[in-house]
Amino acid sequence: MPETIAKKRPEFRNIHITQILGYRLPLAGVMSILHRVSGAVMFLLLPLIVWLLDKSLTSELSYAELLGFVDSVPAKLLLCAIAWAFIHHFWGGIRHLVNDVHIGISREASPKMASIFMVLSLLTSLLAFLAIFGVI
Amino acid sequence: MAGRNIGQKRLVVGAHYGLRDWLSQRVTAIVLASYSLVLLFAALSASEPGYYGWAGLFAQTWVKVFTLVAFLAFIYHAWVGVRDIWMDYVKPLAIRLALQVFTILWLLGSFVWAVEVVWRV
Repeated sequence: MPETIAKKRPEFRNIHITQILGYRLPLAGVMSILHRVSGAVMFLLLPLIVWLLDKSLTSELSYAELLGFVDSVPAKLLLCAIAWAFIHHFWGGIRHLVNDVHIGISREASPKMASIFMVLSLLTSLLAFLAIFGVI
Repeated sequence: MAGRNIGQKRLVVGAHYGLRDWLSQRVTAIVLASYSLVLLFAALSASEPGYYGWAGLFAQTWVKVFTLVAFLAFIYHAWVGVRDIWMDYVKPLAIRLALQVFTILWLLGSFVWAVEVVWRV
């Protein structure tokens, strides 16, 4: 027997919702759960997205009305949420496709790949947020 | 075996939709990613800014067709993804079934609305 008894480490099997904050998810896992979250956001906001398309296409008047609707901070934050969900899911999807051809699935490569896609997702989201708020 | 494989003794194996879902999720994803990039590029290079450039884009038949094909890809892709969410987190069968029916109606309703929106430009 070794002299020091190994400190008992937390053990997770099927993790319960109450354990989520204490669970150190690897970055690839973070990308993965955010992929699901962003997909769910787009699913739930789908009628809103169709409504935006409807308003933007029906007439010059409805287009102008739409610009009026989205000219408030809460509306712009909602657009940011849609933009983030779309952009994150886009990059997350590309990551899955890249993994499908067996690139970046080793123990060493997986967190690197995940961080590259996380950075791409955050940077392009930032670009979209700036465009929504009219900064660029 | 054949005669006994019914009712509660039925052996439920080999549904074979693991590969089908995996593949359809990739195919629809590629359609959606392509559509997104094409639409983004087309919108950024529209003939004029504002309503007329945007509506002029959707007045073209290929944009309408590509939009609605991408929407069909979206509803199938979203069905596979959202169904998996319900299967992972919602165990009571009645609630899960209700959520799955809601998911189908939500997606089909949005699709029909989108057809109406896109086809009258």
